[in-house]
Amino acid sequence: MNTAFRLFWMFLKIGLLSIGGGYAIIPLIQEQVVKRSGSISPKMFTDIITISQMTPGPLAVNTATFVGIQIGGIVGAVAATLGCVLCGVIICLFLHRFFQKHKESSYVFEVLKGLKSASLGLIISAAVTIISIAFWGTQALEIKNVISLMNWTALAVFSIMLLVLRKWKLNPVLVMLISGMAGLVLYL
Amino acid sequence: MKNRNTHLWLLAVNLFISTFTFGGGYVVVPMVRRFFVWKKRYFTEEELMDMAAVAQSAPGAIAINLSALAGYHVAGMTGVLISCIAAVLPPLLILGIVSAFYTAFISNAVAAAVLKGMEAGVAALMVDLVADMCALIIKERSLFLTMMIPAAFLANFFLHINVALILIVCCFFCIVQVFRRKRGTK
Repeated sequence: MNTAFRLFWMFLKIGLLSIGGGYAIIPLIQEQVVKRSGSISPKMFTDIITISQMTPGPLAVNTATFVGIQIGGIVGAVAATLGCVLCGVIICLFLHRFFQKHKESSYVFEVLKGLKSASLGLIISAAVTIISIAFWGTQALEIKNVISLMNWTALAVFSIMLLVLRKWKLNPVLVMLISGMAGLVLYL
Repeated sequence: MKNRNTHLWLLAVNLFISTFTFGGGYVVVPMVRRFFVWKKRYFTEEELMDMAAVAQSAPGAIAINLSALAGYHVAGMTGVLISCIAAVLPPLLILGIVSAFYTAFISNAVAAAVLKGMEAGVAALMVDLVADMCALIIKERSLFLTMMIPAAFLANFFLHINVALILIVCCFFCIVQVFRRKRGTK
């Protein structure tokens, strides 16, 4: 019970402090789980990140589950996951209701509009990172390597998928399955 | 009966989205758009963008926050509960299995090939979504809002400025904007 509560508390803090989601939370989890409590070794932490990228689900939830299982078994995993999502969901609902209620206020209206634009900019940032990893296998690309490191297979799969998406609005899950199969055929 | 069907649909669709959303985060937005906006018409593309902005501005995992908001729209607090449980269940189960023999999984060539292929698929999904959303904002014909997109992108991608700070500065600019306009009309 004690371990479960400790995990819940640790991930409640991580969940509360991680604004922006995705890769923004990696340093936070590292600080709490690897450096401060020492529950997980640095090598294992890198592995967790890799596994999180390979498996479905948000990074935060995946890491919480993984760390939770390692430290406190199934109960630990559930406690850590719950802690990780609780604050976000509550604050999110609160914000949403607040915006809905005060939609007539020109301040709230404009702020929401601005947040929409800014978060689209952040989505683009995430998209560019994903493209960079898919095409060049790295996040830190240099201009002189654009051609030499280019994965032409990935570019081909990307282009075909994008064409199909724009033209026929194909189901995203189907896109994932087809591109996964393409990977199996082309890379193995 | 209709209520129960809605709840079941919400449970199924969230389990489905969560199982097939590799990488989490914004990849769920095109999925939610597909099922909630296009198929069932529970809310509009405009509202989805409102929700994405709120999910982004609140702490925690964006994917879970967005699922919770979508669930709230469809079935109130019950919807939130169903969506959240359904959204965390697949990663919980999969990671539970994977963590048992994680070294074997990491070095598996088949898994690596499938995932490499999926990376390109995810990239295409993101570009498709971004194109539609940019069109929505540019349609508003506000230079201020349109410029906010590249500004936030540059600040985050090239200058590595903290997301929370970007959002706070954005709010500040919006408030100044309204303030100036109000003074102008007086």
